[in-house]
Amino acid sequence: MTEAVVRSRPVTVRSPLRRFLDWARNPWGRPRFLVLVTWLYVFVSIVPVLVAIQFSFNAGRSVTAWQGFSLTRWYWGDPVNSVWHDPTLQSTLFQSLKLAGLDMLIATPLGVMLAIGLARWRGPASGPSNFLMLFPLVTPEIVSGVALYLVILYLFTFIEPGTIAQVLGHVTFSLSYVVVIVRGRLFSIGRQYEEAAADLGATPWETLRLVLLPLLMPAIFSSLMIVFAISIDDFVISQWLSCGAGCDTIPIRIYGATRAAPLPSVNALAALMVYFTLAALGLAYLLFRFMTRGERPGQGGHMVHGMGGGL
Amino acid sequence: MYPKWLWPVFALPGVFWLILLFLVPFYAVIGVAFGGVDPVFQTPVPAWNPLEWDFTSMSETLAGFLPGGEYWSIFLRTTEYVAIALTICLLVGYPVAYYVSRHAGKSKSILLALLVLPFWVSYLMRMLAWVNLFSPTGFVNEFLIWTHIAPHPPDWLNGNPVSVILGLVYGYIPYFIMPLLAALDRIDKSLLEAARDLGASPSEAFFHVTLPLSKTGVLGASVIIALPMFGDYYTPNIVSGSPQTSMIGNQIDIFFHGGPQPSVGAALTLVLSLFLAVLMAYYMITISRAQREAQA
Repeated sequence: MTEAVVRSRPVTVRSPLRRFLDWARNPWGRPRFLVLVTWLYVFVSIVPVLVAIQFSFNAGRSVTAWQGFSLTRWYWGDPVNSVWHDPTLQSTLFQSLKLAGLDMLIATPLGVMLAIGLARWRGPASGPSNFLMLFPLVTPEIVSGVALYLVILYLFTFIEPGTIAQVLGHVTFSLSYVVVIVRGRLFSIGRQYEEAAADLGATPWETLRLVLLPLLMPAIFSSLMIVFAISIDDFVISQWLSCGAGCDTIPIRIYGATRAAPLPSVNALAALMVYFTLAALGLAYLLFRFMTRGERPGQGGHMVHGMGGGL
Repeated sequence: MYPKWLWPVFALPGVFWLILLFLVPFYAVIGVAFGGVDPVFQTPVPAWNPLEWDFTSMSETLAGFLPGGEYWSIFLRTTEYVAIALTICLLVGYPVAYYVSRHAGKSKSILLALLVLPFWVSYLMRMLAWVNLFSPTGFVNEFLIWTHIAPHPPDWLNGNPVSVILGLVYGYIPYFIMPLLAALDRIDKSLLEAARDLGASPSEAFFHVTLPLSKTGVLGASVIIALPMFGDYYTPNIVSGSPQTSMIGNQIDIFFHGGPQPSVGAALTLVLSLFLAVLMAYYMITISRAQREAQA
């Protein structure tokens, strides 16, 4: 008893200096070593990106030496080299947004239907189809890229490399993510609401439209946003199906620029991509929270699971 | 409640999409790999009928993987880079995942958010950041000069294998930590309490309970990052760009984008896919065996 009192006293009255000295004396004791490794890792994983974004606000032309702050120069201020005024940079921005937008519009409805169908269809081909859905998630992108490139070159010759081919490729890898997200939501809502609607006299069509669809809305919105995010970040598929400079997306442009001497406008372009992705994900999170408010806790976890689990 | 035909009809468009744009393209790789080459234009002539398959480019490719062959050193290098990168991911990632899962306490949610953040910053953006830092006038070299650790710092970005390996680690470690974290979170805490109650010291409890129970998690996380690492070509290109550090993915990229030999490239893609499928199968077998043991 007395020993415990004596031992606990210095802990409560330790000054910051004393605490630092204690820590410095034994930095390897558990879990201080773990604290150190974890925060060091977080620092190393995030700070380079912050530095790269910082240089998109550089007033000078260097991406390594800070020459003062300029909010707009490399975004639209510079009349020649800014993202807005350099036609090659501007076109990559629009190409990325176009691909992401079309991908959202095609992959989300297709994936939602596929998820519902796969979750409820019991037939001889449902097992293989469920298995097939997982393949795009584990196939290295270079293999899917080569495969799509060869198929439009030798078999589907009516498709030219270019925007349409890129959209087809993006939808193919986005589909599985939509299925993973929507399926999680389907399992968490169960079937009792639809059964109640049917018992109360709703036709199958009414049940689908008035019960299942509104319940799936949160998952549909998060799918839209996540498809946008993974499409705008994609490099390999866009590159293999590109028609040349006119079809370059933001990641392809960054890839080309890292080997040359880049201007901060490339950092600005990359930073725009980060802003778009984070805005889409923030929106997805807020909408999901808003639409599932009042539900029992723990169900929102499906979205988090869907966001990280698929990767 | 619903008509029976409704669900297959719902699934059909998506399944067709995946067949047409995932399975058929994969067959196109097989067709080109086993096809012939036009004698005049040197362009590949794909063979869609398995009876007409020509095994020359495939057997030449496979022969290249034998010791002393054309791809032997590149295959060794790829395996070596991936193995070292995986080891570093494990040495850094395991403590991070373990800390966040077990000891983070109040800071757990903020740490989780920070660990997920790199997922949503484009891979190419992170590589650009990495290249900016390691460029000859970048922060890393300035720091090395300023602290007199290395008054003449190395050229990181021209064929330096260290940069390629660090680039791979930097690129893929977030995808290693998150699944491992999920696996560590799933471990039943009462098992640890039981070990402690029965007299195990904290480190004994870790080595005899947590570590064995996280083995499948480590394996799963390793497979998740090993598959894309084996197919990576952009990381070595961005941080090095030298043939000294090229990996198997670079070789495939060169056959399609740099030279007129798509059929060799297709054969190489096929070999890579088979190799990764074997890796995947090994993982699946280990997981199912572990599950059977857990149930027994």
